[in-house]
Parts: sequence; structure tokens; C-alpha cells
Amino acid sequence: MTAADSRAVRLELLRLMLKIRVFEEKIVSVYPAQDMKTPVHLYIGQEAIAAGVCANLRAEDYVFSTHRNHGHYLAKGANLDGIVAELYGKTGGCSKGKGGSMHLVDTDAGCMGTSAIVGGSLALGTGAALAIKMRGENRLSAIFFGDGAADEGTFQESLNFAALKKLPVLFVCENNFYATNSPQSARHSVPEIYKRAEAFGIPAAHPDGNDADAVYEAASIAAAHIRAGNGPYFLQCDTYRWKGHVGPDCDFEKGCRPRAELDKWLERCPVKTYQARLLKSGGITEQELAQMRARITAEVEAAWDFAKKSPYPGPRELLTDVYK
Amino acid sequence: MPWTKVPIDKSEFENTLGKEGLRGRSYRQALLEAQTQLLESDPSVFVIGEGVDDAGGVFGSTLGLAQKFGKERVLDIPIAENGLTGIAVGAAICGMRPVFVHMRMDFLPMCMDQLVNHAAKWRYMTGGRLNVPLVARSIAGRGWGSAAQHSQALHGLFNHIPGLKIALPATPYDAKGLLISAVRDGNPVLFCEHRWLYDFTGYVPEEMYTVPLGQAVTRRKGGDVTIIALSLMVYEAVKAASALEAEGIDAEVIDPRTLVPLDEAALLESVKKTGRVIIADTGVKTGGASAEIAAVIAEKGFEFLKAPALRVGSPDSPVPASPELEKLYYPGANEIAKAARALCGKK
Ligand SMILES: Cc1ncc(C[n+]2csc(CCOP(=O)(O)OP(=O)(O)O)c2C)c(N)n1
Ligand SMILES: [Mg+2]
Repeated sequence: MTAADSRAVRLELLRLMLKIRVFEEKIVSVYPAQDMKTPVHLYIGQEAIAAGVCANLRAEDYVFSTHRNHGHYLAKGANLDGIVAELYGKTGGCSKGKGGSMHLVDTDAGCMGTSAIVGGSLALGTGAALAIKMRGENRLSAIFFGDGAADEGTFQESLNFAALKKLPVLFVCENNFYATNSPQSARHSVPEIYKRAEAFGIPAAHPDGNDADAVYEAASIAAAHIRAGNGPYFLQCDTYRWKGHVGPDCDFEKGCRPRAELDKWLERCPVKTYQARLLKSGGITEQELAQMRARITAEVEAAWDFAKKSPYPGPRELLTDVYK
Repeated sequence: MPWTKVPIDKSEFENTLGKEGLRGRSYRQALLEAQTQLLESDPSVFVIGEGVDDAGGVFGSTLGLAQKFGKERVLDIPIAENGLTGIAVGAAICGMRPVFVHMRMDFLPMCMDQLVNHAAKWRYMTGGRLNVPLVARSIAGRGWGSAAQHSQALHGLFNHIPGLKIALPATPYDAKGLLISAVRDGNPVLFCEHRWLYDFTGYVPEEMYTVPLGQAVTRRKGGDVTIIALSLMVYEAVKAASALEAEGIDAEVIDPRTLVPLDEAALLESVKKTGRVIIADTGVKTGGASAEIAAVIAEKGFEFLKAPALRVGSPDSPVPASPELEKLYYPGANEIAKAARALCGKK
């Protein structure tokens, strides 16, 4: 019996995915009011990856992420109030309203910041692993990034160094087949990104990025490998983003991607399919599911209340935190 | 004060401060000593860069560190400056204090992204929850036809980026004291050295001491004209001041020591006294450190000025290779003295 078979893990995976979905859908519903003045890169459709990976992480493990970070930080347990207030540019925000949606942080949850420069966090997360190794600590550094980040120099530089120094890094490539509107086929000579990791001597797996169990299993093997001191591990998780690159709208109307492609992936909704799987196997009842959803919705609503009440930063804040 | 003195060469030190029994060390030895003491006293410090552990030891400034502290703390790296800078930044975010060493300042543009977009901004973007105690040492080269890609003094380029600090030690004393301050500072600091300063000898105490970032020093007192000089130009300014003295011009030489933070008060105080100012820099004039200092004086000290502020720096061309062109490219004591004469109404 594998770990993912345990009921608690499955419920946790579902809870994390639902939390992300409810959170992102709330953004979609409030965004037209135009008082959330920050560009949002929504994670809807990709939830199984954050859930499957983060369910294998411990509080002290580090997570680095990108412009599309909401799911990763929610799944890692970052404070919800702080995230929502940050989206509204309020002082109660995790970055005191100075970062916005693309720059979330929660050091208590190991969330060490996110870079909106494509490829940037690959190097930072690798450096965090260097710090871990130098201090002989018992934790790992997980880095989430897109297929677009694999185009950057920092990708090759970070993978090589992590392998060379056997650093405790988990590379998680979320291949949603697009970098803004540019399809992977226009950018990659070889579509299997994980093969590049193998070329650096890094073991890699290629789980179905829309199946939380598959991601969980692969990430659990990866985490065990890393925690045993064997160096980095690479996961390529193929998935699909439902919304436009940025903002709450669908970009299909604009002709950014073929409609049929989206329809195919909607069928494979990571949340819906997982719910169905748990219901069918008896892992959860309809009533328990409704309760879970209600609890998450209440949590999200409470965070929105907190954010709305939090004040905007005053003029003094403009020049603080530039330097220590 | 012995620590403000700028002996022009080793023999001058030996004939003056050395005779008084003061400890003389070269700029390179001062850097090496600072890093040795930092590595000894703080387990979070590490030195990282291409060739930091090799037989040359970055012009001798890291020589023997790897033997003493091991290759885990004195790391040679792949030729991947941007990625490795990001890795150092990541380690710094998690509490380490990396000293990143570049043989040439010309390699800093390779890490522009990690320095400008990440190191400089991580603290602000996280609302002060995290900071980046990274020091990036780099050395400006000059001469022997090293040309356009191995001779640049690019500190001015980074002056434009809030979140970075910039130190330009001119003396061995400051090389050690500023480096220790930079490593302890907690912010990303670009530590801009000059290759021609490496053999200069000056007073360097053995104990660990700091020179605060943001505190200018007066290298020579004078009442007629202020020469604000950076890095190697401090020596050119002191030479110019000696020549000017014979002509009856009493020049004050001020060394800001750090461009960020800039000790504006000290600069303005001197300009208030003399009413005339020259800014002498190792980089090109346009958009550079000298331009910024001139702008600060224009904004905050205009009423003190009896004449326009003048800049002495390199012209707007890449650094040439030919020795004859190099001579034209680099201004020195002569150009500074000429500017002073013009300001003071003497030919
Ligand atoms: C260095 C850099 N280049 C370009 C951009 C503009 N940009 C923002 S996101 C993005 C696409 C990133 O694609 P991917 O890494 O696959 O992440 P995804 O958005 O698909 O999650 C681009 C090109 C940027 N932010 N940084
Ligand atoms: Mg993508």
C-alpha cells in the first residue's frame, strides 16, 4: 500500500486543491470591481501540482515560486489573511502591500519569496539549498517554475550547480505548454524538459500534473531521495491553465489558444476528477465534502474581511524596507 | 590621522608611518586579512567566485583561504555569473553572508538580473521580512591594452538602483574596514576595487575594525577648491593638490568612500567652505557617479558655488587598447590640476 492510499493524505490533497480553487474563483468574482489593483496570474487547472508536492513538505522546508504563486503558497500553509491583504495593497499584507500578487512571502511557512522575473527563483531556491547544506540542516528547498522558465539561462545554471554540489533541491516544472501566449512547440527543440535534468545527472519523473495522487507519489519518492542526502530531484508535471496568462478572463475569445484544447483539459479538471475518485472509493462522503467546502469558503471570506479592513500604507512606508 | 593618509607608494609609507612603527599592509593583503577574519569569526560567511581557490587567488586577494577554511567555504564555481549570483542571493536570503568575487568589474553586467531585480529588491518586495546580506567584490582593471571588456569601472551604473549599496575603497585601511562593514551590513553591497590599488601600502591595524558605510573622509584639508575623488582618483587628487600648492591653490581632497550611501553633508560642508568643486571619478562622466554627485551639489549647494562644478572622468568611448589611446582615455592629476586652475581663475 502506497502512502497516497492513506485516507488522511487523500483528504489533505483534496482540501489543498479545493482551497486553491475557491481562493482563485473568489479573485475571479471580485476582480471586475477593480479595487484589487495587482496583476493576478491564476492557478486554476493546475492545483494538483501544488497540492501533490506541498503535501510532502514540512513546515521548515523552503518554497520558492514565480508570478503564478498563489497555489504554491496556499498549499505550503502561508497565512491566508496576509495573502489577501497583499493583493489589496494593504499594510496587513504579507509584504506590507509592497509586493502585490507576484511577491508573496511567509517565512514562518518557509515561503521565502517569489520572483516575477522568469527563471529568477530557480537560482534563489538553489541558493537556499546551498545554505541548507552548508549549515547541515534537515530541510529541503522546493522550487516551482513554468515551462517558460526552462528557456532561461538560470535554469541550466541552477540545475548544473545543484547536481554538482548535490544540493537538497526539488525542482518542480509545471509545464502548462504556454509561456504567455507562446506555445511550447515554438520554444523547445525537445518537449521533454525532464530530459535536460537527466543530462545533468539529476533523477527525474514525469507524473500526470492533473492527477494529485500521481504528483503526490512522485514527489514523495523525490523528497525521500533528497532527504536521504542524494542531491536534487526533478519533476515535470504537465498541466494546463484555464484562464488567460494574467487576469480573471478566458483568453480563448481573443484567439490566444484553440478552444478544443481547453475543452479537452476541462474534462480533466484536477479537482473534479479527484472529488469523484474519493467519493467513489468511499474516501469521502457527499456530506463531508460539503462541509469541507463550507469550511474553506468561510476561511476565504474571513481573509477577505481582514483584507478589506486593513488600512492602506501611509507615506512613511514608501521609503522603509529599501535598506535594512 | 594615520588611517586617513594616502601614501603614494610603498616607500612613502615606509619613510613616514612605517618609521613610527605603524603596521603597513598592501591593499590586497588588507582584503585578504578582512576575509580571513570574517571567515574565522562568522560561520555564515563564505567566499564564492571563479578561481577564488586557485594558485593566483584573485590577484592574491583570496590566496590561501581555501587551504585554511576548506573548499566548502571558499568555493570555485562554474562560469555562470548570473545563476551563481542568484544562488548566492538565495543563500543570503536564508541567512548566509556570501562574498562573491569577480576578477573584473566587466563581469557584473552578466549578473545584472540577479543584482538589480533580485538582490536589490528582495527586502522591499517582502515588506522587510527578508534581506540580502550579499557582498559582490569586483575589480576594475586598467592598462596593458586590456581594452573595452576588461577595464571598465561600472560603479556608476549601479548607482541608479535603490536597494544596492556601493563601496569604493581607495586605501588599504578602507579596503579592510569597509569590507568588514559591508559583510556585516545586511544589504547587498557592491564592493568596487581597483586593480592599480592592489600594491599600494598603508596603515592597516591587525585587529578587526570597521569603517562605516556612508562616511566620507578628508584626505587633505584646503580652502580654495574641493576635489571629491573616488577610488584610484583619490591618489591623483592628492598628487594634483601637491602640485597646486606650489601655485598657491589650496585644494581640499574628499574621498566619499561609499557612493551609496553618499555622505552628502560632508561634501556640501566642504563646498560651502571652498565654493568650488571638482568631482574626479574612474568611470566615464556621462550618467555616472560624478554626474550624480554634481547634481546633488547643484540641488543642495548651489548657493555656495562661485563657479560651475567640474567633472574629471573618462570620455564617452569604450576603453581603447592602444597605449597611446589609453593615455588619452584616462585623466589624472594633470587634468584635475587643470580643472582647479580654471575654477580658481589661474591659467
Ligand atoms: C525575464 C522575463 N522575461 C519575460 C517576462 C514576461 N513574462 C511573464 S510570465 C511569462 C511566461 C512564463 O511562462 P512559464 O514560465 O511557462 O510560466 P506560466 O506563466 O506558464 O505559469 C513571461 C514571458 C518576465 N516576467 N521575465
Ligand atoms: Mg507555462
